[in-house]
Amino acid sequence: MDWGFFAGVAIAGLLTGVMYSLVAIGFVLIYKTSGVLNFAQGAMVLFAALTFVSLDEMGVPFWVSFAITLAGMVLLGILIEKLVLRPLVNQPPITLFMATLGLSYVIEGAAQLFWGTQVHELDLGIEDVPLPLNAILISQFDLFCAGVAGALVLALTLLFRYTRTGLAFRAAAEDQYAALNTGLKLPRIWATVWGVAGFVSLVAGLLWGARTGVQFSLSLVVLKSLPVLVLGGFDSILGAIVGGLIIGLTETLAEVYIGPMVGGGIDQWIAYVIALVFLLVRPTGLFGQRSVERV
Amino acid sequence: MSFRGLLLAGAVAFGLGTAAAQAQSAATPQEQYFPLQSYRVGPYAAGGTGFFGGFIDYMNLINMRDGGVNGVKLTWSECETQYIVEQGVECYERMKNHVPAPSAWNPLSVGIAYAMIPGITADKVPLITIDHGRTDSTDGAVFPYVFPLLMNPYSETSAIVNFIGSRIGGDDKLATKSIVVLYHGSPYGKETIPIYQLLAKKYGFKLQQIEVPDPGTEQEAQWLEIRRIRPDYVVLRGWGVMNPVALKTAQKTGFPADHIIGNVWSNSEEDAKPAGDAAKGYIALTTQATGTQYPVIQQIENTVYSAGKGDMADKSRIGSVYYNLGVVNGILNVEAVRIAQAQFGDHTLTGDQMRWGFEHLDLDPARVQQLGAAGLFHSINVTCSDHEGHGLVTFQQWDGTQWHRISDWIAPDWALLRPIIEASADKYAAQNGITPRDCGKQVASAAP
Amino acid sequence: MTRDNAAAFALLLVMALIVPLIPSDYMFDAILTPLLAVSLAALGLNLLAGYTGQVSLGSAAFMAVGAFGAYNLLIRIPGLPLLADFLLAGVVAAVLGVVFGLPSLRLRGFYLAISTLAAQFFVQWALTTVDWFSDGDTSGVLTTPPLSIAGVDIDSPVRRYLLSLAVVTLLTLVAIRLVRGRTGHDFLAVRDNELAARILGVPVLRTKLFACAISSFYIGIAGALWAFLYLRTVEPAGFDLDRSFEILFVIIIGGLASIRGAFLGAAFIVVLPLLLSRAGGAIFGATFDSGLVDIVEKIILGALIIFFLRVEPAGLSALAARMPLPRFVFNKNLGSVS
Repeated sequence: MDWGFFAGVAIAGLLTGVMYSLVAIGFVLIYKTSGVLNFAQGAMVLFAALTFVSLDEMGVPFWVSFAITLAGMVLLGILIEKLVLRPLVNQPPITLFMATLGLSYVIEGAAQLFWGTQVHELDLGIEDVPLPLNAILISQFDLFCAGVAGALVLALTLLFRYTRTGLAFRAAAEDQYAALNTGLKLPRIWATVWGVAGFVSLVAGLLWGARTGVQFSLSLVVLKSLPVLVLGGFDSILGAIVGGLIIGLTETLAEVYIGPMVGGGIDQWIAYVIALVFLLVRPTGLFGQRSVERV
Repeated sequence: MSFRGLLLAGAVAFGLGTAAAQAQSAATPQEQYFPLQSYRVGPYAAGGTGFFGGFIDYMNLINMRDGGVNGVKLTWSECETQYIVEQGVECYERMKNHVPAPSAWNPLSVGIAYAMIPGITADKVPLITIDHGRTDSTDGAVFPYVFPLLMNPYSETSAIVNFIGSRIGGDDKLATKSIVVLYHGSPYGKETIPIYQLLAKKYGFKLQQIEVPDPGTEQEAQWLEIRRIRPDYVVLRGWGVMNPVALKTAQKTGFPADHIIGNVWSNSEEDAKPAGDAAKGYIALTTQATGTQYPVIQQIENTVYSAGKGDMADKSRIGSVYYNLGVVNGILNVEAVRIAQAQFGDHTLTGDQMRWGFEHLDLDPARVQQLGAAGLFHSINVTCSDHEGHGLVTFQQWDGTQWHRISDWIAPDWALLRPIIEASADKYAAQNGITPRDCGKQVASAAP
Repeated sequence: MTRDNAAAFALLLVMALIVPLIPSDYMFDAILTPLLAVSLAALGLNLLAGYTGQVSLGSAAFMAVGAFGAYNLLIRIPGLPLLADFLLAGVVAAVLGVVFGLPSLRLRGFYLAISTLAAQFFVQWALTTVDWFSDGDTSGVLTTPPLSIAGVDIDSPVRRYLLSLAVVTLLTLVAIRLVRGRTGHDFLAVRDNELAARILGVPVLRTKLFACAISSFYIGIAGALWAFLYLRTVEPAGFDLDRSFEILFVIIIGGLASIRGAFLGAAFIVVLPLLLSRAGGAIFGATFDSGLVDIVEKIILGALIIFFLRVEPAGLSALAARMPLPRFVFNKNLGSVS
């Protein structure tokens, strides 16, 4: 057993998992504060990445593009909340989920309509030449992503735990009427939530876009994040990270060691099977708190 | 059930159907029509916009520069398929009753082509699947109306192996090498698995074939496998986003780009550019050269674009891989028209007459030069029994901004592959109750 | 015979006897046959998701099972009659449906929906990777063999349409009986309040599994129709997640828990893109960008989903019921949503 190789695979898997977590965090934010599982998250990531890269290609400086895209994402979020989610607020979660499914189609179509269907390169300036650690190669780019994810998690955890805004989010999520009674302005809270979620989508979009190029299948990252959420809990940011790490690690190890025996390509579904097992055994996930629709 | 509701639905369907049957424009007598099942949106839009752009531009060139083919104008209409099979089929059903009838179908999609084969065979209209398609349709005795022009998937495999051989100093040295084929997890990707195995047996190289599940945005595990195997070369049989991700992941795991050989659907600017620096040195097979220095491309720019009728919104894409493939496809379709006209007369030709034209599509390098395409592609010689046409291929390398040719025109090992192709075609014929034609007896005639 | 049934029967006669006389291949091959296949799949999904409340995002996987099952049975069992082939394919899909439906015994809502994705991805992988399913065909795109029933070749658009119509009509009649009977009551009870249903003596476990089975049976046969009578090729790519979403959209738009909803929704989904592209071509003429239409269609579809979920969760079916109609046409059966 080549332990060096194993370590390399494990590290690569963990870093891949971090990428999944980045998208999952966006889900968690929305779910934590409004109870909606936003399937359109992937489409939002695509929209953010496309907007940014198109502005970038037009010659707009990096931070200006970032700011404009962020503003666009916030606007998008507010529109979503007003037009889609609020009217459906009394419906069962599955209805909201299906609405976000429809929403993902709208956003994907709109993104292609505005920005076209070409493939774009996104260069964040990080050479992905691997760092050799003994015999193990570690990807510089993935390390950078891990760093960004870590910073993001830290910032968000601090936000939720120690700031008034964070407290307001949690209050609104816990009990909307009570929150209203204490004078919290819900519309502003929703707007802020979507703003933060938009920021997270943008960061995820930039990193994923740099990894795979910015094009249509970027929105498919959402499909890998759902198992992550199941594992980590839908409303826990820490859970998103841990879930991502577990899924990334298991997926990669399974593909490398078991894959060749069965024809390869099992990373397509192994994450979902793991999630399924978890759902049956521990539906709230490792860190989740909300009651699960379980029989 | 609500009678009204269902009747409404039925009425709409009825109306559309009859409208479709009748709303065909009246034909002018001197017109050769090409239906285009194009894809300009969706995940493969980059390839579609390039290919169909080049095809349309070439047809416009012929119309504008020459007044059509011997006075017969080329016409076309597009129908978006998004590369989805049932949309392609719907486009086919919609356009097949066009007046005048379609000259040839060019869907640029394996799935759509397969679904159309029974239909176009009954219609007696050729189906062109340039550089791809059903390999056994090379055998024109069993597939009279299907043409995998220029290169079929098996030939490509052989050419890549021969190229690797030429890089290491001779085919005999292949026995000391190890090759990994990284293929897309789809029927297209798996098509060549047995041929690589066959060639591995013939030349003695170590072979492993690894699948990347669709769409291929995550390939860590596969490239770590490759790192463990440490092959000398990796053949990339990709499609769409799988390609740039493969190149980037290769860089991440330390595999050199100049030992990755891409196949004909992994060979475009759209595959290399998004990978940035990771693509520098990457080599890919191509049946047509890249660039705008060829007379025909320059004529398109001077004649078609200066008149504002160019199809490409982004003019920098003229001369790109897919665009030039579209132009070459245009040349092949138009020359088939011309050759058929020499036989049947300078007027609108039927599908079967077009088939005859395709089956006598013999363009040697001298003729290719006359067409302004010297260096763009080499030659083609389609016959009744060989619908591929013995196309030659070349290899190009990416330097970060464009492709450069790095090899001569290479011939695949057709003799080795022919028996396999015929066996597969015979199996298809048996399964479907088809009596193969006798190509030896093919006379210069076709139903008028 | 009630007036409702008479109207439906009359429509059936029109579809079976008069429509086939129309000389348009396009209408049969591109509109009616796929519409029937999609309707059947939607009907199956409606039984599970609409009536029993178990949302599944993996319906395309079961269509694939039906299609590949039918193909494999047909080429491996010489002399197997075509209808038996479809039936057996449905049974195979049903068995698999029960297996993958076991999580529904413990999960609800979008947790169940996520777990159905496991079926979707696993089945797609299995059909692509395991060579046995495609009979070793390296190209992986299988062409369906020529079909015939009792010596009559099914080789023309009209005949394929008539066969689809026959199969779909038969299965729809079965479904109507099902939902009007005890089983239909049980389905709705499980959907509305599982605990209360259990207390009232509804065999919840059995009902859920039966819903999975019958739903997958219908969807499997729909897949066989789609592959054999419409596209005449069988490949895994046509049964991807987008297809699952499409079927789900059909029942959302058509009306959950409604038999006619499946057909209305399917008609809508099949006809909408064609209408849009004709309209676009007519308005914009030669400069018309067909790609644009597809993008716009995507947006419209998504917007309609949101609209229907917001405004009329009972879909087109309820809208149709509310149209000013003579009293006798109004559908009073269990199929309409309260």
